[in-house]
Amino acid sequence: MKFDSAAGQNVIDQGRIVGKSYPRVDGPLKVSGLAPYAHEYHSDAPNAAYGVIVGAGISKGRITAIDTSEAERAPGVVLVMTHRNAPKQFGIGHAPPGGTGPQQDEKDGGGEKPGRHNKPQLQGPEVRHFDQSVAFVVAETFEQARDAARLVRITYAVEKGRFDLAAEKDKGEMPEDTPDSNVGNFDSAFAAAPAKIDVTYTTPDQAHSMMEPHASIARWDGDQLTLWTSHQIIHWGVDGVAGTLGIHKDKVRVISAYIGGGFGSKLMIYGDPILAALAARQLGRPVKVALTRPQIYNHTSHRPATIQRLRLGAGIDGKLLAIGHDVWCGNLPEGEAENAADQTKLLYAGANRLLRTRKTELDLPLGASMRAPGEAVGLLALECAMDELAEKLGLDPIEFRILNDTQFDPEKGPERPFSTRHLVECLRTGADKFGWSKRNPKPGMVRDGRWLIGIGVASAIRNNLVMASGARVRLSGDGVLTIQTQMTDIGTGSYTILAQIGAEMLGLPMDKVRVELGDSSFPQSAGSGGSWGANSASAGLYYACENLRNAIAQRAGFNSTDSQFADGKVSAGGRSRNLADVVGKDGISAEGKVEFGDLTKRFAQAAFGAHFAEVAVDSVTAEVRVRRMLSVCAAGRIINPQTARSQCLGGMTMGIGAALMEDQVVDKRFGYFVNHDLAEYHVPVHADIPDMEVIFLDELDDKSSPIKAKGVGELGICGVGAAVANAVHNATGARIRDYPLTLDKIMAKMAV
Amino acid sequence: MKPFTYQRAATPAEAARVAAEMPGSRFIAGGTNLLDLMKLQIETPGHLVDVNHLGLDRIEPTAEGGLRIGAMVRNTDLAADKRVRRDYAVLSRALLSGASAQLRNKATTGGNLLQRTRCPYFYEPSKPCNKRVPGSGCAALGGFNRNLAVLGTSDKCIATHPSDMAVAMRVLDATVETVSPDGTTRSIPIADFHRLPGDTPHIETQLGRGELITGVMLPAPIGGLHVYRKVRDRASYAFAVVSIAAVVAPGRARLAYGGLAHKPWRVEAAEALVADGAAAVAKTAFAGARTTPENAFKLPLAQRLTASVLADGKV
Repeated sequence: MKFDSAAGQNVIDQGRIVGKSYPRVDGPLKVSGLAPYAHEYHSDAPNAAYGVIVGAGISKGRITAIDTSEAERAPGVVLVMTHRNAPKQFGIGHAPPGGTGPQQDEKDGGGEKPGRHNKPQLQGPEVRHFDQSVAFVVAETFEQARDAARLVRITYAVEKGRFDLAAEKDKGEMPEDTPDSNVGNFDSAFAAAPAKIDVTYTTPDQAHSMMEPHASIARWDGDQLTLWTSHQIIHWGVDGVAGTLGIHKDKVRVISAYIGGGFGSKLMIYGDPILAALAARQLGRPVKVALTRPQIYNHTSHRPATIQRLRLGAGIDGKLLAIGHDVWCGNLPEGEAENAADQTKLLYAGANRLLRTRKTELDLPLGASMRAPGEAVGLLALECAMDELAEKLGLDPIEFRILNDTQFDPEKGPERPFSTRHLVECLRTGADKFGWSKRNPKPGMVRDGRWLIGIGVASAIRNNLVMASGARVRLSGDGVLTIQTQMTDIGTGSYTILAQIGAEMLGLPMDKVRVELGDSSFPQSAGSGGSWGANSASAGLYYACENLRNAIAQRAGFNSTDSQFADGKVSAGGRSRNLADVVGKDGISAEGKVEFGDLTKRFAQAAFGAHFAEVAVDSVTAEVRVRRMLSVCAAGRIINPQTARSQCLGGMTMGIGAALMEDQVVDKRFGYFVNHDLAEYHVPVHADIPDMEVIFLDELDDKSSPIKAKGVGELGICGVGAAVANAVHNATGARIRDYPLTLDKIMAKMAV
Repeated sequence: MKPFTYQRAATPAEAARVAAEMPGSRFIAGGTNLLDLMKLQIETPGHLVDVNHLGLDRIEPTAEGGLRIGAMVRNTDLAADKRVRRDYAVLSRALLSGASAQLRNKATTGGNLLQRTRCPYFYEPSKPCNKRVPGSGCAALGGFNRNLAVLGTSDKCIATHPSDMAVAMRVLDATVETVSPDGTTRSIPIADFHRLPGDTPHIETQLGRGELITGVMLPAPIGGLHVYRKVRDRASYAFAVVSIAAVVAPGRARLAYGGLAHKPWRVEAAEALVADGAAAVAKTAFAGARTTPENAFKLPLAQRLTASVLADGKV
């Protein structure tokens, strides 16, 4: 079904189950260890051999010699693969035979580059980044493979690489998909603005740090490959594997039923599924591969660093006159730009706007999407810059933001209104609940013993993306509804919310609904990425359920349009029948799918929020401890407040990490991320996480889908770090523009 | 992890003898550091001598009024011991500021003293490290060294010792008791136990081949206010950026620092200057410091900590 006009009143609006909190239906399986993760399908892959990837020890250059003899002789080793004996594979530009997924597979419904998910391994002596696969050792046990991997002797010719974004940034070019945005006349408006700031912020490379490492098991049955892997969007995984191996995608089955977190790191495949598949085919037995924690940092992807220059100019009335946001980022040639100016297009009014992104080539590991790519780091800069200008104007940071609210796309004008936008309500509600009025606007004034106390705020915006999504449903004779879709649950609650949609649509209790996810043999779905999963997958399921309702009504002899589904019964015209009786022992199945029209073009669609943070800064050591936080979100219908709240809490936690500690340190001599384990790459631990609260405003977005929902998973991180940084400034007077705000940087700028 | 053989020793002396006789031996106690390093092949012992079952797990009073802590006493148990909490609170506080509850349940007193540095280049086999591969060079000197040493360094190594416990033991003037392969025992003052890197950063302690730590002696209690302040980049589960173990009382102070050097750092001559304030103490305690642009902040930070602790103790 094409969703191309605003949704009317529908079954979801009755809110019998949708909109209520349910604990995760997969929770008991997970806490009891019964939910299998990719590496745990032991009985499906009997006699599996274990593979370990040997990563390049240099960051740029060529392999000049490679000696595998010692590794091959090591106990238990069954295969050592290098570029000399690896089968030929196909890179970006080569779609798998039989084509890729449907065209509507991109953010804005555009076409996609053929084979863009391909990741060929061991195809030549060239080394393009540190820990790139240079050999693959397979043995009877993991320990044997790991030991033998250390016996592969490689000689390199090292070439000079480009590892320093600041040094390379001026070579950057405008990315094809991120043209400059130039509205009005920024230069003259900025020059003439009575109040202005011109500040440069930097954000470092960051690691996704999900719990479950990338892992794959490959098993061949004839020419049919089954891959248990950890992947957020099943059909992208299928395309990547089929495309790389040059086989028809019908020959690849990908299963990712349970995923231990992704945050974007599992939107693409890396070495593990490809090498597992190649080795399993050659050996005629299943092969398992899990990346080690250190490998994840340099072998896979990360959120790329940015340099951001913000030039904001305002009148003495506090209205923004000029908004300039320049972003510099770097990546491998095939990597995308970090679009950190994205939110600046939409967040505030202002007639003169200049947004530019420049991407330069770096020889670091691949930069890619991490939770709210673009906004997460863009808001770290923009929302601090807004505070800087508010301070200059002598305005309250919240009032300054509210003054510059807009109800339409400020680039396109009133003809492109927001579908819904309750930023002001978020700010006002949060200010009231958080006690904003008690904030002392003068920095460094509030003390609690040794601690300096500060409060900060930031706006949040995350574009609402939508993606085609399908589902298959079946009501069986025992009255159980089974839902099948490729949609994944990466810890977000997909299993639970899809059960709620199914239960609502068919008038069933939750315990009569079974959800099966993450299998390419199911209908293609939106998958988990860009916060589009909950809304899009629910919408696809909605249409599948509508089709099922019609089929059931028809079988019951009812007029389908006025049939009611409730309490396990279908009723119409005063007659009522048990669903189980209607469907009979064979049951009834249906499929459905949502595709999206141009509503996202006609309307600016985004979720909004306001984040509040109170921090304490040790006046002696400059250590920062967040004391309490509040997020107020307006994100359309909240399908399940409990799972949505969990998403926000996770985002807030990650936002604290981005503000205070997360930093993949680049050794600019060698060109790799030095702190490549969880002891040295810091994410917040429990003791860093304070009292946190989340408030969802009542909102329905009838332009987003029949579900009227929007994403929250990424909204939860957007702006959080800036609220923390603004609170640190309020506490100490120190304005740090280079993230993360570590104690050494704060100490250097503290007044005492 | 390279294949290795394993045995349980029957007595401390036997453990020491076996370790000396079997080439490439290592003692294994809690294993919280050694096993990780073995998986990364930074440690590649051919033989492990398990010292967990030698009766070294008791905390006993000494005739001198102090405590003798068995080498196998777990960090959790040591931190929770009533006598330690009452008379040596700085030790308890230091222990509880380290690692996680799970790690402290396994980690031992002897093993804690022997943990290896957390320098990121020590952990990256593709990069030079004199500690990992003697003579290969030091990647940290010109690299990421924000959390590395500023005192007692050499041009071969700027690693720090990561222990919190050892810093408290240093301020308490503990002595390390050992048994050697020939059965003889000796006591090594904690001040001498760890070495500075010099030209041989891979040799980290005074222990001889096969010599086993059997316990740590704490002298009789000295009273005073016991403080352990650990500055770190997150609230828990992080190694110290700078830490201070202090026993302070009006007119006197003992001050030892972690995170600054290859060993717990204490300069007794500086303690004599507490009446002149933290700046005077720091000038003497940190004389000869060599910093990098990334880690230079550690000195003013340590001085601020010192001032704060002296103020807390009304010194």
